[in-house]
Amino acid sequence: MAASLYLTLLVAIPLFGGFIILGIEEARQALARKLALVFTALAGFVALAAWAAFNPASGELQFVVKLPWIPALGVDYFVGLDGLGLAMVLLTALLVPMALLTAPRNAPPLQLALMLLLQAGLFGTFTALNFFHWFLFWELSLIPAFFLIKLWGGPERGAAATQFFVYTMVGSVALLLSFLAIFLATGVLDFIKLADLAQKGELAADLAAKLGWPQLSAGTVSMIIFGGVLLGFAVKVPLFPFHTWLPATYAEAPTSTTMLLTGAMSKMGVYGFLRILAPIFPEQMRQAQTPLLWLAVGTIVLSAAAAFAQRDLKRILAYSSINHLGYCLLGVFAAAGAGAGAVGVNNVERAAALSGVIVQMFNHGVTAAVLFCFVSFIENRADGLRGRDDFGGLRKVAPVFCGLMGIALFASIGLPGLSGFVGEFLIFKGAFSLAPWAAAGSTLGLLVTAVFLLTLMQRVFQGPLNPRWAGFADLTFRERLLVLPAIVLIFVLGIYPQALIGLTNATVIRMAREFAL
Amino acid sequence: MNWIVQNLWLIPGLPLLAAGLSALLKQRERTAAATLAIGSMGLAFVLSCVAFAHTLGGHGEETRHVFNFDWFQLGATSLKLGWVLDPLTAAMLVMVTFVGTLIFIYSVGYMAHDENFTRFFCFLSLFAAAMLGLVIANNLLLLFMSWELVGLASYLLIGFWYHKPSAAAAAKKAFITTRIGDVGFFLGIVWLYSETGTLLFYDNGHGCLEASALTKLVSMTVGGGVVVATAISLLIFCGAVGKSGQVPLHVWLPDAMEGPTPVSALIHAATMVAAGVFLLARVYPLLDVDPLNIAGRSTALSVVTWVGAVTALFAALIAVAQNDIKRILAYSTVSQLGFMMVGIGTGGVAVGMLHLITHAFFKALLFLGAGSVIHGCHEEQDIRKMGGLRAHMPKTFATYAIGMMALSGFPFVFSGFWSKDEILHEALHWDESHWPFYMVALGAVLTAFYMSRQMCYVFFGKYRGTAHAAAAHDAHQPVKHEAKPAKGKKGPQAKGNHAPAKASSRTPHESPDVMTIPLVLLAAFTILLVLVATPVWPWFHGYLSGHAAEVRVSELFAWDKLSVIGLSIILVSVGVAAACWLYWLKPVTRADSVDALEQLRPDVIGFLKQQCRVDEFYEATVVRFNAWAAVASDFLDRWIWGGAVKAASLAVLGVAWASRFFDEFGINLGFQKGCDGFAGAGGLLARLQSGRIHDYLRVIGLALTVLVLALVWGCRS
Repeated sequence: MAASLYLTLLVAIPLFGGFIILGIEEARQALARKLALVFTALAGFVALAAWAAFNPASGELQFVVKLPWIPALGVDYFVGLDGLGLAMVLLTALLVPMALLTAPRNAPPLQLALMLLLQAGLFGTFTALNFFHWFLFWELSLIPAFFLIKLWGGPERGAAATQFFVYTMVGSVALLLSFLAIFLATGVLDFIKLADLAQKGELAADLAAKLGWPQLSAGTVSMIIFGGVLLGFAVKVPLFPFHTWLPATYAEAPTSTTMLLTGAMSKMGVYGFLRILAPIFPEQMRQAQTPLLWLAVGTIVLSAAAAFAQRDLKRILAYSSINHLGYCLLGVFAAAGAGAGAVGVNNVERAAALSGVIVQMFNHGVTAAVLFCFVSFIENRADGLRGRDDFGGLRKVAPVFCGLMGIALFASIGLPGLSGFVGEFLIFKGAFSLAPWAAAGSTLGLLVTAVFLLTLMQRVFQGPLNPRWAGFADLTFRERLLVLPAIVLIFVLGIYPQALIGLTNATVIRMAREFAL
Repeated sequence: MNWIVQNLWLIPGLPLLAAGLSALLKQRERTAAATLAIGSMGLAFVLSCVAFAHTLGGHGEETRHVFNFDWFQLGATSLKLGWVLDPLTAAMLVMVTFVGTLIFIYSVGYMAHDENFTRFFCFLSLFAAAMLGLVIANNLLLLFMSWELVGLASYLLIGFWYHKPSAAAAAKKAFITTRIGDVGFFLGIVWLYSETGTLLFYDNGHGCLEASALTKLVSMTVGGGVVVATAISLLIFCGAVGKSGQVPLHVWLPDAMEGPTPVSALIHAATMVAAGVFLLARVYPLLDVDPLNIAGRSTALSVVTWVGAVTALFAALIAVAQNDIKRILAYSTVSQLGFMMVGIGTGGVAVGMLHLITHAFFKALLFLGAGSVIHGCHEEQDIRKMGGLRAHMPKTFATYAIGMMALSGFPFVFSGFWSKDEILHEALHWDESHWPFYMVALGAVLTAFYMSRQMCYVFFGKYRGTAHAAAAHDAHQPVKHEAKPAKGKKGPQAKGNHAPAKASSRTPHESPDVMTIPLVLLAAFTILLVLVATPVWPWFHGYLSGHAAEVRVSELFAWDKLSVIGLSIILVSVGVAAACWLYWLKPVTRADSVDALEQLRPDVIGFLKQQCRVDEFYEATVVRFNAWAAVASDFLDRWIWGGAVKAASLAVLGVAWASRFFDEFGINLGFQKGCDGFAGAGGLLARLQSGRIHDYLRVIGLALTVLVLALVWGCRS
């Protein structure tokens, strides 16, 4: 298998698999399930092969394929992978099988097919480097997610699905319009070329010259275009105050879908910030740094506080997700918004923050997905009940369950030795010297996270056993196998983060250098 | 490099391995779990002794050996971790592993009837691993990581009897309260890292505690004349305040007594809570730098001294009014930690560390003794329901008395006397203020008082616990034996074993050898430590600073030492005499009689009994604020930000409806009319096109007539 085919196969396999399974009749669920697992496993193998063939010493794009697609519009089939993309591809390749296995055994073929299509969308987003091509997958991932929520979600699924779809669609439209404007001005849709233009300062000049808004200054025009792109990503991550769709969506979506939403889809937004927004709009990132940083602090602190007020386990974890991605945004804004700094000192800090962001993205993906997986186990045992105060004392009857979920929760709190700590430490290390007040303000989030997650453990696991759950079964062998890879990763990446950082470090160095220009 | 330096990681590594292995053990494999834990801890003790021997006889900086390695790449650099072997590390290692091993052995007896025996030893091993990791760390980050893991182990062990809501709440409170301090500590770490580019303490001149980094830190200010070094020191001190239970973050430590007593002895008396003091001793070079550049005097050290002095007095006051045997000891621990802080702040590393080490021995002894008492009195913890135990538990009494005398500071043969004496001495000679000295002196009086009071209540007089009271107590507080039905094969069996013992005697009984032998050993060391702690042969000071100590008997009779020694003796005597006057001369006879002191000043003692209502104060402020912030954030989300979105979507819907209305009833209707009009007109016109020649000719004729008339009319005008 030629290395250049990896990225194409990565998208093609789940896409093909998804369409095959769409054609399977409703009754043959077992077959559909097996096929879905086979396809996702195949895609997983391709991801592993790409990992094996990936050269971690190089920060440049690898496995690049660039073929003309619609030459008249400057549209190429352009894919490539660097350390950032690889981390996201590996995360997706890990989470989709987990989600497929978490989905109920009698899940209809359509549900599995949609999950595979979602995987194709995710892989496409993380590898495509031309706007047209990339946007196709960005939107492709939205459609299966919408149907997954709409068809198999909780009681309020209709409203949640619509809100999710419309809200993200508004973001996408803003994004699309901005890129149309960029295309009209420059005729380029290629991210790499656009970043080049931006570095040289030509992008802003082109936008001002060719868009024909004489009454607006060049800076304002660029800022408006920047705002459109920002909105698209800010909704996706989400950034406060564009986050209100998220708790409802995560709570109403079937839990296997929530695993993908929080584990992988939320990373699309942060990925967009790193791959697209920051390189193409470096000047605007700098100008808007202060408000953006405070929005990130708001995301971190207010979502943690709001999590404490929730009673539904899924809503608690949803807010916790917002909080954790807030740290990523803090790192991105601190790194992208800072000036060059004296003698490249800022580059060290920038590299720390960016490393932290990528590590946090990966680790949050694993931790959040496995936490929702545990919630689905609870739902299965409790007929869909999942209130924080509905249980109590479960540790007595389900010690393994509580032990393993406790490990994941402590990883989420950021306990050293588990995966969550490394990312947060690096982000704070970088952000503290680039944006000290924002970093200091964000530490409040670290505290409140501990408060609400420990309260969760106290109410669900500890105290006297609620007699209603005397028959609460401990983890079955199958369930243990399902969460095992995630738990192992939580330990491995907590103790030996080099396993992940080794892949991304060269990319981080390149990005830090580019952000400094 | 020496073998032990390269393999120092084995000391925390062995308990960690034991923790990992016993996590996989089944509930009934009790012997295996205990063997693993005690064996690994014993081995760690042996290795610690080897390490200790390696640090003996060195001079100055030679005594420090480091081993550093890359943890992960960080841009163009890498983050290095490492461990350090120096006298400070070695002394702590030996203390932690020795006390730890004894407490592990004791636990075999104390926890014998507990259903989760295996899990208990797993957590204990995890704790030991983290604590030892903290001690050997040569990197502030590694120290912080171990620090947090120690906190985790403490959380797990305080909440060990998780089915008790009070234990679960205490565990959470401990974790969160210490985390408040840790947030400051964390910021201090990232700040230090940013300024110096390294977190290694010692790295051949490049470490953050070495001259070049310190010079840099003291040359920058953060505004208001505060140098960066001071700011970072104070942030790091926040961590120590949380972990070592200093005011205002002391509230978790008394509640932590919900954990099993060996846990209180090991974690909440001897080792973990002392980690804050150890941390300050470790980063002392950083605390000590100040623009004025006087050794042992800096802003940061002043803050440490004041906080320590306030804590020492405040906690001792509260301890006077408590009736729970463990709670008295807990407040005593808080108070003694304050003494250590004062020692560090005024006298430097050796003064604080000496009290840390001696305190570890006698406080572990006291807690284990208290555990033995509680065990012997059938899980009774209220000292008013004890009394006269001297006769029933002679070994416990004798060892407890030694611990009590060491803590109170009985002169000469008890190590506690000398270590406390030294703190008083340094505080007296502190040139900034005398108030800290007055505070710790009063604290020393109170210490002697509350410990004597406790002795009178527990061991003297008559036994006041009744079978009835004990039975009632067992019924409402099923600590370890009941509340654990069915699950696991050992549960019912264990209960069965213990039940006859309970039924046969309601009188107190002495604990088994597995519990008393550790007591005897700890008592022996409490006294033996005197050998290295006196001013005559200040071996410990010399060891920590890398100088050989000389025997100087004359030192003892120098006026400034002798005066403080005399003062110490007076302080202790006052405290003991007051307690004897109140509790010995008029022994307490009934469990429900009002405390002698409370009869004197019910208002003051009542307030102290309620622990100065600090918990209530936090409940009314911090906790309420947190709850309020949560509700406010939730409200903002649901109604303001979410509301804005909903309003926008409603507006869009409104526009859509309006446009539909307009389309259907406006445009469509108009269009319809227009169309109808066209159709009508078309029909009209179509009628004209009838195809009948006569009609056409008629129209043409008519038109011609009109045309002719019009022309004629036009010409005429």
